[in-house]
Amino acid sequence: MCLAIPVKVLEIDGSTAKVDFGRGVVREVNITLVDAKVGDYVLVHAGYAIQVIDREAAEETVRLWNMILELSGPVRS
Amino acid sequence: MDGLTSRFRDPSLAKRVIEKIRKLAPPYTVRFCHVCGTHEYTITHYGLRSLLPETVDVIAGPGCPVCVTPAFEIDRAVSLALKGVTVLTFGDVIRVPGSEISLLDARARGGDVRVVYGVGDAVRIAREEPDKEFVFLAIGFETTAPSTANEILNGPPENLSFLIVHRLIPPVMELLLGIGDLQIDGFIAPGHVSTIIGMKPYRIFPEAYRMPTVIAGFEPLDVLFGILMLLRQVREEEARLENEYTRSVTWEGNVKAQRLIHEAFDVESGYWRGLGRIPSSALRLKDEFSEYDAKRKYDITVGRSRELMPGCLCHLVMIGKIKPPECPLFMKACTPQKPKGACMVSVEGTCSIWAKHGVRGRLRAQL
Repeated sequence: MCLAIPVKVLEIDGSTAKVDFGRGVVREVNITLVDAKVGDYVLVHAGYAIQVIDREAAEETVRLWNMILELSGPVRS
Repeated sequence: MDGLTSRFRDPSLAKRVIEKIRKLAPPYTVRFCHVCGTHEYTITHYGLRSLLPETVDVIAGPGCPVCVTPAFEIDRAVSLALKGVTVLTFGDVIRVPGSEISLLDARARGGDVRVVYGVGDAVRIAREEPDKEFVFLAIGFETTAPSTANEILNGPPENLSFLIVHRLIPPVMELLLGIGDLQIDGFIAPGHVSTIIGMKPYRIFPEAYRMPTVIAGFEPLDVLFGILMLLRQVREEEARLENEYTRSVTWEGNVKAQRLIHEAFDVESGYWRGLGRIPSSALRLKDEFSEYDAKRKYDITVGRSRELMPGCLCHLVMIGKIKPPECPLFMKACTPQKPKGACMVSVEGTCSIWAKHGVRGRLRAQL
């Protein structure tokens, strides 16, 4: 199952990082596949971070959604 | 991400996108296919099908890695477990039926079968217990394959080998398009597979098949916007590759992860449970890593496999040809407590997701 919500990097030790899954759950994940630093939010899959999601990109999503709604006005048929 | 999660679940935005979807829905039925267990979870958990107009259907393709793992691969792991090799794998894999028994049954017969969170745990356990032999049953799509590749390239301990059952998503999407009576009008491509492979491998769908394709994330709004983007293409009679999940998916994808996959594995044809052999859809360990290949390390020839239990229609559920309630076994002979087919076992299986959400029939909007 893919976890949709990015989790916060708390500490980094080599290729391993402690991340906060929320509700007090802290786990070690491998960060070999990404360039993550402390404080970043990462997507985690099967114990590996697969992407860093920065706040700007997340904000961009909300902007994109609004843009799509405006674009999806009348269509050519 | 503080504060952002609520904006990602903004009900007023959901209302607006659903209104747009209703406006853009054509008078004839269109069917969009996703290929990801987590998309199915989002769609079912948030009841998105009930919000869609009558003419917009969303079907679940073969996006559950546990479900598509062939029975004979489970049989191999079972045979190893019964021979005294410790089998390590992901949670729901252990309940999946093989031809005769599951890994959980093998454990009940004295086999050592353990659940791990990821391949990293498997390496750690093998190091901690150097006197035991371990096999990691590596299932999963492009999202999981880089982690297996990384551990193999890092030189795992000698007492750990791998049964590689990784499968690739674009080839199975292509297979779906060849199934004549499965009318698909657009693909919702999986968010995290695409995070790894990027947008590029999907070009073939709009270019060669004129199939609208939108990569979408896993929030309910992601999926709804993905559907809206597909509808727009349908109404414009265009086929484009678009990316709704821009916060995670790029054109190139995670290049480092792709490099690891290519360093550790070759691509070959592979068997999918219920679907048969699909060209260029599986990964196998490169020859230079054969010492870690459990199939070479142990004699694990297994007999003819039984991929489906009698009466089980998992193979039709998995391609979206039928919805779970159309299977005569669904919630009768096959339940989450006593599953007959892999689709009812895995948390990503369509039958399991529908069963746990109490969906008994086709959901349709009351407009």
